[in-house]
Amino acid sequence: MSLLTVDGVSKLFGGLRAVHRVSFDLAEGEMLGLIGPNGAGKTTLFHVISGFLRPDEGSVTYAGESMVGLRPHDICQRGMVRTFQIARPFLRLTVLENVIVGALEGVAHRREAVAIAQEILDLTGLAQKAASMGHSLTLPDRKRLELARALATRPRVLLLDEVMAGLNPTETGRLIDLIRAIHGRGVTVLLIEHVMKAVMALSQRVLVLNYGELIAEGRPEEVVRDPKVIEAYLGEESAGAEAGTESSAEAGTDG
Amino acid sequence: MLRLGLGGALGVALVVLPFWVPSNWQNLLISTFYYAYLGQAWNILGGYAGQLSLGHAAFFAIGAYTSAVLAIHLGISPWLGMLAGAVFAAILSLGIGYLGFRFGLRGFYFILLTLAAAEICRLIALHLPILGGYTGLFITFTPNPWQFQFRGKIPYYFIALAFLCVACGIVWLIQRSKLGTYLVAIREDEDASEALGVDTFRYKMIAYAVSAALTALGGTFYAYFQFYLQPNTVLHINHSVDIMIRPIVGGSGTILGPVLGSFLLELLGEFSRTYFAAGTAGLNVVIYGLLLIIVVLFLPRGVYPTLAHLMRRAAWRRP
Repeated sequence: MSLLTVDGVSKLFGGLRAVHRVSFDLAEGEMLGLIGPNGAGKTTLFHVISGFLRPDEGSVTYAGESMVGLRPHDICQRGMVRTFQIARPFLRLTVLENVIVGALEGVAHRREAVAIAQEILDLTGLAQKAASMGHSLTLPDRKRLELARALATRPRVLLLDEVMAGLNPTETGRLIDLIRAIHGRGVTVLLIEHVMKAVMALSQRVLVLNYGELIAEGRPEEVVRDPKVIEAYLGEESAGAEAGTESSAEAGTDG
Repeated sequence: MLRLGLGGALGVALVVLPFWVPSNWQNLLISTFYYAYLGQAWNILGGYAGQLSLGHAAFFAIGAYTSAVLAIHLGISPWLGMLAGAVFAAILSLGIGYLGFRFGLRGFYFILLTLAAAEICRLIALHLPILGGYTGLFITFTPNPWQFQFRGKIPYYFIALAFLCVACGIVWLIQRSKLGTYLVAIREDEDASEALGVDTFRYKMIAYAVSAALTALGGTFYAYFQFYLQPNTVLHINHSVDIMIRPIVGGSGTILGPVLGSFLLELLGEFSRTYFAAGTAGLNVVIYGLLLIIVVLFLPRGVYPTLAHLMRRAAWRRP
C-alpha cells in the first residue's frame, strides 16, 4: 500500500515542460531517491507535491487524500514536510526558536513545543548551537537546521531537497547517518540528491528524471549502470565508454 | 530586585509627572504616549509580521469618525463608540488583507495597496456629508467624562498612558504566544513558514485585524482630544507616515521600539520647533528630516536593538 502516489503529473512554465507526466509510488517506510541532471525538474516536482505549485495535470495522493489545491501548510499539517534546496533559516531567530516554529502546530502549550525542539536539536547535533542566531550559522549547520525544523513538525513523510549540497565528505557522512537514524524512527523519506555517495548509501530505490520525464527507476546500483541514465548525465558520446562506473554518475555532484 | 525598584520608580514618576510639569510639557507627554500607542498598534503588523502598512490612517479615521458620528447623531458614548470603530476598522483591514494576502502581494505591492485603500477612504470622507465633508467634523465641548471629554490635560495624560500600557501588554502577550512566534517567522521567511505548517494567510489576517482595531481606538482618543476631524489631516498619507515612523526609528518588532521612537521623535520635533521655527519658515521641518535621516542611516534596525546590544556588551564586560 503506497503512502504517496504521484500520477501523471505535469507542470509547464510557459513553453517549458518542467515536469512531464511523472508517475511513481512511495511506500510507507521507504527511502526513495530522486536524481537527475540540473534542470531535470526535481525541485519543480517537489514544489508540486508540497503544494507550492499546482500541477497542470495529474494527481498527487497522500494517505488516500488528494493534495492538489491544498496549501503547503495544510500538507505539512497532514504529515508531509519538505526542506528547501537553499537552506532558509529564519535569520533573526535563534536556532531553538527556528525549530520551535516547526514544533508549535498541534501542541497545546509552548512548553511542549520547546521540549520537542530541544529533543530534535539533540538528535540533529545542534544542541550546542541552540542560542546562536540563524544568520551566524555555517552552511553545514544551516542544512542541519533545515532538517531539524522539518522534523519538528513530526512528519510521516520527509521530502529532502539536496540536503548534502555543498558539504564536505565528513559532513556528508554525518548527515547520511542522521538521515538513516530518522528513517529508522519510521519516517518515510523521499530525497533529491546530487551527491551519489549519499544516494547510493541511503536509497532503497531510485527514480531518475531528465528533461522533466522519468527515464529510469530501480535499485541504485542498477540505475547507475543504465545507459539511458549515463547518457542523461554525460551526453550521448560518453555513454558507451564510461558505462557502469560509479564515477560517471558522480559527474553530477557539482549541483 | 533592581528591576522591580526601577519599575516602581518609573511608575511613580509617570503618575507624579503631569502634576509637576508645565502645560506645554503635558501636551508633549500626551503626544508621546499617544504616538507610542499608535506605533505599537502598527508594530504588530509592520514590525512583528513584517507587512508594512502605509495606510493606517484609514483605521485611525474610522475609529475617530465612528465614535464622533455615533455620539453626535445618536448620543452614544464614545467609550462604546470606540469599540464599534474598532470593529469597523478590523472589518476593513480584513477586506484589504484578503485582497493583499490571498493574491500574494508582498513588499512594495502590499504597501501600495494599503496606501490606495487609505486614499480611497480619504476621498470618501471628503464627500460624505455625515462626516462633514471637506470642512470636517466639530465636536462640541461638554466636560462630561462619559462623553470622553475632560477639563484640563491631566485626564488625557492618564488615558493616553493607560492606552499605551494596554497596547504594550497586548504585544507582550503576543510575543510569548504561538501567534507571535508565527508572525516573526512569517516576517523572516514566508515560504519557509508555510512549509513548516504555518497558515501564513490566517496569521497575517489576525495581525492586521488586531493592529487595525487598536489603531481605531487611538483615533477615538484623538477625536476627543482635538474636538475636530478633517479628512485632509487624519486621513492624509502624512498621518500614516507619522504612525509608522516611530516604531521604525525606535526598532520595529520590539516592544520598547515604538515607545523609544516616540520619545526621540517628540523631543526631536520639539527641539527643531523651538530652535529653528522662528527664522526661515519650514526650516524646523528640514532639520527634523535631516536628524531623522541620520538616525535611520546609522541605526538601520532602529534605536532600541542597537541600544540593547550595547548594554548587553557592557554587562558582559563587567566581571
